[in-house]
Amino acid sequence: MWRFLIRRIVFGIVVLWLVATTVFLLFFAGPADNVARRLAGPRAPIEVVEQIKDTLGLDRPLFTQYLGFLGDLLRGDLGTSFISQTPVSTLILQSLPGTLWLVFGAAVLWMIMGVGGGVLSATKPRSLRDRTLTVLVLAGISLPTFVLGILMIYLALSVFPGTGLQPGPYISPFVDVGAFLSTMVMPWVCLAVVQAAVYVRLTRGSMLDTMGEDYIRTARAKGVPERGVVYRHGLRAALTPVITQFGVDVGTLLGGVVVTESVFGLQGIGQLMIRSVRDGDLPVIIGAAILAAAFIVIANILVDVTYSFLDPRVRLA
Amino acid sequence: MSLTDAAFEAEPVHAEVVHGKGPWQLAWERLRRDKAAVISMVVIVLVALLAILAPLFALITGHDPLTQYPSTALTPEGLPVGPGADFWLGADSLGRDLFVRLAYGARISLLVGLSATFLATLFGVIVGLLAGYYGGWVDGVLARVLDVVLSFPYLLVAIVLVAAVGASVSLTIFVIAFFSFAAMARVVRGQTIGYREREFTEAVRSLGASPLRIMVIDVLPNLVAPVTVLASLLIPTSIVFEATLSFLGLGVDPRTPSWGAILADSTDFYRVAPGLLVFPAVLLLLTTLAFNLLGDGIRDALDPKR
Repeated sequence: MWRFLIRRIVFGIVVLWLVATTVFLLFFAGPADNVARRLAGPRAPIEVVEQIKDTLGLDRPLFTQYLGFLGDLLRGDLGTSFISQTPVSTLILQSLPGTLWLVFGAAVLWMIMGVGGGVLSATKPRSLRDRTLTVLVLAGISLPTFVLGILMIYLALSVFPGTGLQPGPYISPFVDVGAFLSTMVMPWVCLAVVQAAVYVRLTRGSMLDTMGEDYIRTARAKGVPERGVVYRHGLRAALTPVITQFGVDVGTLLGGVVVTESVFGLQGIGQLMIRSVRDGDLPVIIGAAILAAAFIVIANILVDVTYSFLDPRVRLA
Repeated sequence: MSLTDAAFEAEPVHAEVVHGKGPWQLAWERLRRDKAAVISMVVIVLVALLAILAPLFALITGHDPLTQYPSTALTPEGLPVGPGADFWLGADSLGRDLFVRLAYGARISLLVGLSATFLATLFGVIVGLLAGYYGGWVDGVLARVLDVVLSFPYLLVAIVLVAAVGASVSLTIFVIAFFSFAAMARVVRGQTIGYREREFTEAVRSLGASPLRIMVIDVLPNLVAPVTVLASLLIPTSIVFEATLSFLGLGVDPRTPSWGAILADSTDFYRVAPGLLVFPAVLLLLTTLAFNLLGDGIRDALDPKR
């Protein structure tokens, strides 16, 4: 177990290093003047370009710059935003709560909808219930997140204005619970609906496979009630691929729920990233990208550890 | 060689008498009986016509997709006019013809959807065949690469790339193809591993066939069904991805009429002109739903178990 964990952590660090290196090369490789011009934007005056070249030391050899970049990264220094002149880590910390609340709230919703729908579908395959769910899933998968988001806002603001739901920036629940809920409910539902569609499909497929296994027949034969067969024996084993997907999804989304945050104007990592790309605010883009990679790496390690608890057949070596 | 080929091909001697149906003929007949698939095909053909005939619509209405017509398209208060004889689906907030823009947007959507899917399929099949057929270290390396690609967050990578090299249609196509090819390669690899050990591959190998011949002539035809199904499902995914990128302002040039960009423009105005939101949203939804339904239909039609 420990050996496995250490190996995975080392592998994770290698992945992060590769991501950092790729991002660095993507932005800094090339002649200093070109790099500075790209960072400054096409319309910036030549003085600004020169200044950027000086402050970032773009004249130095690429490898020296790379070492400096890695050194800063190891010290946890992500640099300073070109636009707001605030440290990138501060900007990220400010944006993180919005994303965290959005992801965890939506995750609860989509797991309930997705796994619940999948089990309902799989326990009576080819029934009317199953078919209805399949059609809903198809609609959910075909529906782009941003279209669903815009439609929700349209409905909440113009068609049913009495609900009190509204899009808007993130408000901490510790400051104003009412305002927090009125801005978060729509993003939660929007993100959850799109995700749930995938989870219904996944749970249904996995559940159908599991319910055909010999040990399910054994459980039925020894007189376990159907409820117990479905939930204790069937669902537990069927959840393994669902948990993988869940870990990967949460890890990915924590790095920025780009579309949902943008549609609802919720300030989170995704919104921060989009804004930085529009403004050409390079340090923020790099910082957010590395943060996103870190979340994914951590989520993947957690998923593998969770496996061994869920499925007794998996032993970590 | 001629002897073995003749032996293989000699099978359908009684074909004309019994009217035996080939697997494709059978699949086509099943597909034609599938109402959802037929309706989807009709929708797809209509969208394709909309895209192909876009210049014709521009000619008929006399409206260019990029030109603003403030005198006819905006009311004296400066609001866009609704659907009518002049502007079929109304005008947008800048006084451009929404219908003509949607028709040109269909071109972008189909262009990105089809070309990204084609590239992803091409590379996915090549990589999958190589990994599955050769196994060993080739497979080890390629499978690892696929795992890494599949675990990448699509949208974030696209954003970083846009930040580094600037937004364009070709970048959008490249990003989608790059991230979709891994799913295709994984499926092809799995299937190829299965076929590699089958008797007929064994037989041609013992006759001295080269690995290339075995992969292309003996294994590949067996993979047409799963590849077709996956490719038909990649098209709507690509269309949605392009629309999403354009909606975020990271896809095609913002002035280019793309469904995502048109929807992004609508967000400030749909309270006064709901058509700006509803028409492109419905069009996008219908298109992706049609491709998804058709994909499901093709899967069912090609499934030998049914």
